[in-house]
Amino acid sequence: MRVSRLDAQSDSFEELAMPLFDQLYNFARWLTQNREEAEDLVQETYAKALKGFSSFQLGTNFRAWMYRILRNTFLTSRTGLRVTNTVSLDSEEDGPDLAVGGATPETLLIDRSSQELVRRAIDELPVHFREILLLCDVEEMSYQEIAETLSIPIGTVMSRLSRARKGLRGRLQKQLQAG
Amino acid sequence: MVCEPWKEKLDLYLDGELLDELRVFDAHVRNCPSCAADVLAGVQMKRAIQIAGKRFAPSAEFRQRMQLHMQAKPRRSSIGFSWMTVTAVVAILAVVGLTFTYVGRERARTQQVYSEVADLHVATLASSSPVDVVSSDRHTVKPWFQGRIPFTFDLPELQNSEFSLLGGRMTYLDQTPGAHLIYELRKHRISVFIFPEESWRGRLDENSSVTKELSFSVETWSRGGLRYFAIGDAGGADIDRLAKLFKAANP
Ligand SMILES: [Zn+2]
Repeated sequence: MRVSRLDAQSDSFEELAMPLFDQLYNFARWLTQNREEAEDLVQETYAKALKGFSSFQLGTNFRAWMYRILRNTFLTSRTGLRVTNTVSLDSEEDGPDLAVGGATPETLLIDRSSQELVRRAIDELPVHFREILLLCDVEEMSYQEIAETLSIPIGTVMSRLSRARKGLRGRLQKQLQAG
Repeated sequence: MVCEPWKEKLDLYLDGELLDELRVFDAHVRNCPSCAADVLAGVQMKRAIQIAGKRFAPSAEFRQRMQLHMQAKPRRSSIGFSWMTVTAVVAILAVVGLTFTYVGRERARTQQVYSEVADLHVATLASSSPVDVVSSDRHTVKPWFQGRIPFTFDLPELQNSEFSLLGGRMTYLDQTPGAHLIYELRKHRISVFIFPEESWRGRLDENSSVTKELSFSVETWSRGGLRYFAIGDAGGADIDRLAKLFKAANP
């Protein structure tokens, strides 16, 4: 009897978790910036989530829970430790202030060939800025979900998001001026 | 036109988080070229990030591998060593989990903490290089942590005990840095985790005697502002002996 209930539980985990597979992989790849590490990270996330699924409270946010496991796993990985040890949150620069007038980064974005520039700018952002932009603009999470995923208060979500966007604009502006 | 309060709320507006003032904001934007330009720029930027951010797709091979993992029933799995280890633990944990008949709020919270600690223990042992500092010498391991974690502690003298130190590594629980030490006892691996007590914010009651509810034996205690966990698949009495050695070293 226990075995059949265990199977039932695994099935519902699979139903909830597999639809997130592509987006979790995308997020993992942005964090690790490496294909093999991203695969390991996703695999470990699913293993941990399956193991902890019995303690997961139905009715709470499953997506935020999965992302949180993935991110915490990343933070304790070799790459994660290196990235977070070398860049502390306090020392993250916001990027240069924008010059008033002239072309803005947004006018540049109208050109679809500029996607590569945006990608590079996101890639260059400190990991704490990169992840919050992805969660907000790519995953379209609410501030509440982001707060749960990153284990930070909503006020911090807002201020970090604003700094992340400023940092990204600053980087795009620099590319615009250089190109 | 007073724009300042609206400029500050631009992100909220763009992210769909401006609920109460949405109509008022809309009305302002329709009549204010400056804010309208900001909204347009913001929308373009969000869109650009969204397109650029959807960048990576898993390979067909990886997708297939994951699907196999998901379908593999515990015990029948014959895939990869580390996955096997985890799967076996999963099976035990899930069965143990189902035998709970009463989970009070307090107890659920403690369980959650234990399960996070068990996660760290399992994940470390499953990884190809579990320790960052490989040494059986406590005089090597202790200084390694200095500057890496914001507290200090002493490692017990192990002469005349059956335990041996394998090494240590840094760890994180909810972004709080901590120390992770790995000991060996016969064929068992035992983890000792140490975190600042304040990071637990009352998630745990005082000290617990050894509990055996997670397929692991766990013991936790608090000393000198630090929270200790000893966890492993060894017997409860073994975990308790290691805990006593730590308590003696950190009175
Ligand atoms: Zn205005």
